[in-house]
Amino acid sequence: MQRLTVVLVDDHAMVRSGVRAELGDAVEIVGEAGDVDEAVRVILATKPDVVLLDVHLPGGDGRSVLDACVDQVPNTRFLALSVSDAPEDVVAVVRGGARGYVTKTISGPELLDSVRRIADGDAVFSPRLAGFVLDAFTGGVAESDDELDRLTPREREVMRLIARGYTYREVAAELVLSIKTVETHVSAVLRKLQLSDRHELTRWASARRII
Amino acid sequence: MRERRESGDDRGVSIATAPPRATRPTRGRMVAGVARGLADHLHLPVWLVRVAFVVMALAGGMGIVMYAAFWAVLPLAPDAAGDATSEADVARARSSDFTRLLALAGVVIGVALLLAAMGVSAIGGAVVPIVIALVGAALVWQQADDDQRSTWSATAARAARETAGTTAQAGRWRIVVGIGLVVLGLIGLLVSRTGPAAAVQALATALLLLAGIGLVVFPWAYRRWREQQDQRRALIRSEERAEIAAHVHDSVLQTLTLIQRNAADPREVARLARTEERALRSWLYAPEGDPSRTFAARLLRDAAEVEAAYSATLDVVTVGDGTIDATLGALLAATREAMVNAARHGGGIASVYAEVDDTSAEVFVRDRGPGFDPTAVPADRHGLRDSVIGRMERNGGTVVVASTVGSGTEIRLRIARPMEGGA
Repeated sequence: MQRLTVVLVDDHAMVRSGVRAELGDAVEIVGEAGDVDEAVRVILATKPDVVLLDVHLPGGDGRSVLDACVDQVPNTRFLALSVSDAPEDVVAVVRGGARGYVTKTISGPELLDSVRRIADGDAVFSPRLAGFVLDAFTGGVAESDDELDRLTPREREVMRLIARGYTYREVAAELVLSIKTVETHVSAVLRKLQLSDRHELTRWASARRII
Repeated sequence: MRERRESGDDRGVSIATAPPRATRPTRGRMVAGVARGLADHLHLPVWLVRVAFVVMALAGGMGIVMYAAFWAVLPLAPDAAGDATSEADVARARSSDFTRLLALAGVVIGVALLLAAMGVSAIGGAVVPIVIALVGAALVWQQADDDQRSTWSATAARAARETAGTTAQAGRWRIVVGIGLVVLGLIGLLVSRTGPAAAVQALATALLLLAGIGLVVFPWAYRRWREQQDQRRALIRSEERAEIAAHVHDSVLQTLTLIQRNAADPREVARLARTEERALRSWLYAPEGDPSRTFAARLLRDAAEVEAAYSATLDVVTVGDGTIDATLGALLAATREAMVNAARHGGGIASVYAEVDDTSAEVFVRDRGPGFDPTAVPADRHGLRDSVIGRMERNGGTVVVASTVGSGTEIRLRIARPMEGGA
């Protein structure tokens, strides 16, 4: 099997070398970048399978990289990697086109698993991101007709299990589903997170852009 | 007589520690606070100082001159801790405005009558215009005082912004009226001295002169104003930087030092790093609630404490929030016990998920430890039975313990929340 190509974008060289060491030989790191301009240049030049993208970068943020790249490299998937827990950071990059969000405390094998999943076109939700989704899609707004504004009961169950720290495999076992079905649900939630007009989401996203 | 001495004593205390320096208080004053300020400074009764001023004023006008000189020289006293910003104070200040205006008019009219009585012949019939001009000038002066005070108030507390807005409006009117009175008085003086025709010519000359001066002074004044703004911005920035530096010094640098000292003990290093991370995070992303009042904030604090005590890692995710009542209090206590269990027996890494809405609250504590057979609870798990299950059931909640040997344990806590005002 061809090894996955990965670009690391993080302004701290120490973080980059740490991630590089954790991913090891399982993937091929084809480029690294420390700021927005460099990241855009490297991503457009190498067209990697996966970009590991820091949320905060000098010269902008992860969102600026996504805005500049997403349309031009349709086969590249972006996984946000951040130390920040702030909902507006998370929601901004996911709405900018990232297919997942994990924190830098993630273990090496888990990170590798996430990279593979992202490369397959699936979404990767950390427990915290699942919590944000539940928070944003729960209550507040009166029932909307738009299916983008609501989670199905099944999607809600999946999100709750992920928030409780279950892996996809464990979620599948708990709900008696196939892993593929769980992945489908998570991707559907990701799509809603990216496209919904729910005011909690737009508020977070717009707050981030103003700052 | 309006006497408000309650802040006078405080001031006396604070002055005792700093080198004593006379100031003009913003409260308990009749005209501009000169007499009150001097009285406080000299530890004399204020009426004595006031009588002295009046006597000196009557005896040749010296009191007036001295009062004006002190007004110009003595700085206005900043209020302690912005206590002038409360609405009551603003209202009080406004109601005392009228009294002060009366006092002011009385003083000015007194001076005028005095001058007239002394037969200052040069002034002759121009007493009325001079009085008008003086009242106007006093109004503008006093407004300058109030502006200075409200600058302090504004930095002390932004809460009074709305009331400050109306005060500012009133202030503008006072300035306009004051300037109007001064101009009116001067024109009256001019007319009474020279007759209308010459007065018009003199006015035109004066206006031309004023325009010329304005042309010269404006760029300079504008630049000064800009410089002042820049300085203020720079000051704010440097204060922010100092605050961050202080925080970094107190927390991050200390922890880094401790980590270097404990470099041989990876467990301790991880614990220190984790504790510092939590502290820094809560400082950066200011917690949204008060741990003594809201559920989510308390849960995060409890988790941090358990982490610190057992060198564990707890990933806490909360959805929704609520004010802590008896029900949520019981849930929090049980959760804490469950987290301690997970930290001690669950391999040191656990996920905590809490969901609170209006009707119920749920908490899941999941570890990845060795697991156990819930039907054969080992002796060391009595904490679970007593502190978690017992406590939850006493409060009408339920507990499910799901554990498989080899793949960890999940404790599921659920409790119904009483309706508002009911049960």
